[in-house]
Amino acid sequence: MRRFTWFNATSLTLGFAFLYIPMIILIIYSFNASKLVTVWAGFSTRWYGELLQNEAFLSAAWVTIKVAVASSTIATVLGTMAAYILIRGGRFWGRTLFSGMIYAPLVMPEVITGLSLLLLFIGIGLDRGILTIVLAHTTFSMCFVSVVVSSRLVNFDRSLEEAALDLGCSPFEAFRLVTLPIIAPAVISGWLLAFTLSLDDLVIASFTAGPSATTLPIKIFSSIRLGVSPEINALSTILIVIVTIGVITASLVSKRASLRMQAEERAAVRN
Amino acid sequence: MAQTVFEPWEDPDQKPLIQFRNVTKRFGAFTAIDNLSLDIFEREFFALLGPSGCGKTTMMRMLAGFEAVSEGAIYLSGQDIGPVPPNKRAVNMMFQSYALFPHLSIWDNIAFGLKRDRLPKNAIGDRVSEMLKLTRLEKFAHRKPHQISGGQRQRVALARSLAKAPKLLLLDEPLGALDKKLRQDTQFELMDIQEKTGTTFVIVTHDQEEAMTVASRVAVMDEGRLIQVDTPARIYETPTSVYVADFIGDVNIIEGHGTKSGDGYDVTFAEGQPVLHAKTSRDLGSAGKCYLAIRPEKVSISAEKPEGKTNLVKGAILDIAYLGNLSTYHVKLASGQIIKAQTANTRRIARRDLTWEDEVWLSWTETAAVVLES
Repeated sequence: MRRFTWFNATSLTLGFAFLYIPMIILIIYSFNASKLVTVWAGFSTRWYGELLQNEAFLSAAWVTIKVAVASSTIATVLGTMAAYILIRGGRFWGRTLFSGMIYAPLVMPEVITGLSLLLLFIGIGLDRGILTIVLAHTTFSMCFVSVVVSSRLVNFDRSLEEAALDLGCSPFEAFRLVTLPIIAPAVISGWLLAFTLSLDDLVIASFTAGPSATTLPIKIFSSIRLGVSPEINALSTILIVIVTIGVITASLVSKRASLRMQAEERAAVRN
Repeated sequence: MAQTVFEPWEDPDQKPLIQFRNVTKRFGAFTAIDNLSLDIFEREFFALLGPSGCGKTTMMRMLAGFEAVSEGAIYLSGQDIGPVPPNKRAVNMMFQSYALFPHLSIWDNIAFGLKRDRLPKNAIGDRVSEMLKLTRLEKFAHRKPHQISGGQRQRVALARSLAKAPKLLLLDEPLGALDKKLRQDTQFELMDIQEKTGTTFVIVTHDQEEAMTVASRVAVMDEGRLIQVDTPARIYETPTSVYVADFIGDVNIIEGHGTKSGDGYDVTFAEGQPVLHAKTSRDLGSAGKCYLAIRPEKVSISAEKPEGKTNLVKGAILDIAYLGNLSTYHVKLASGQIIKAQTANTRRIARRDLTWEDEVWLSWTETAAVVLES
């Protein structure tokens, strides 16, 4: 019952226009030959070349990736542990308080998280740099990981862990050999979420970054204040392309996995 | 060819494999197991039978080590297993949900426990092949659990729990997820495997037919207590309480007033009805309220009055339940009681002469009825 009407077509066009026109303009202007952002002067890839020469941007990009990988990895380990103890720990003393405190940073304004971390780092005399950004990002992305992982653990059949214990696993072996492989998809998506959050965080990073380390969002934001340069358009276009490829790859992989699963199940029914 | 009868519970010199000694288990204010003592012997196929919430699953989880005992102790081969964690017990369990590891192949599922024992590779391979052969799963070794059928999964779960050759295998409602036909076949398979491996099996079930089929002894439980522990035949033929008589199979329970007479009791149960007589070795005291439990298949039904019967009552057929091989007649007596009588349909339907509203005579022997205390 798919019907093409003018009404449907209009809604579709308006919706997509609203979402994508800003990005399309940005991509088009990244190929602008003129130095002036608002004046079109013909097609050129000149700004991509200049971007590769820009030491400040490249080093900021490198810092951003290092921070994102480190903080999302630590956040995944801590967040998974927290989720596990919340779901599996039973009714230990202070459980409600603990679970409330894990999820609080989700709704805490970033400005406050950033400010309190800044005060802490100054208080303990930690010089601001990559380390402080990593710590700050771990703090705020850990709760996202634990939300994702605990929603998977709630549906996890407890008897699988009991079976592992019954067959001779220590509790840690049962986690490593049975629980972790089964919840791995949730852990990986938790990691990806933490990675993305860290990648585009501006507020918390600007509180905790120091002169020795600047992340890409901070760099872009501060250079905008001196006027939009076509280099930034080029950089943003590259980011858009990377994100698009990532999203398409992830959805293709999961679609293929589910198709294969279905085919295998059909084969099993036939036998 | 005479076989020695397997009855270790009758032999006072036999050491039980498992001993529950005054075991109590509480969950908060709720008492799941109430001061329970029980002996289970080696090579037994022991069934814990009862309605849901009677504590049978708690008993099993205490044996596996997933629940701690609140009071009392459980001994396995004479050793108190209270302080032993589940991974150190020579006990394996087959879970109701099977709990197969979905990320591992059938082969790896069965090898899982063996690998934990750090056995040499070829020993693991040999043992897994043996288990696959025992459960007829050779063809499926490299499949994942979601690629096989329910009945095959059940066999994988069994193979996995037997692979470590445990002293004791626990089966939690092992056939609950299978349809009736497959369940019956699997019951015999289970008995066969139990005999071949010589493992002691403890099965938890709420299905009395299943318990009667597979078990050497059945423990009927209710509200955390053992009501009766006996062989299936004796549970059925000589229940010691109305609860057991009613829980196992179909039964007529007649309430009456008993008076000791000769080697049994005379029971008056209604105005205008004859006195019933039942033989029993049990002593209920001189007189008092009591119950008679009579299995429907032990009640004969006839249109003409039979001669020389001790227990004989008259009634009219109220209902007929035709089950194919059997027919159950619900007969209403003049005093209002309904008594069920069952006959095997050995003749074709056209030859049977009883129908609704017919006046019939019911009779049973002195030993058919069991006298039970109130």
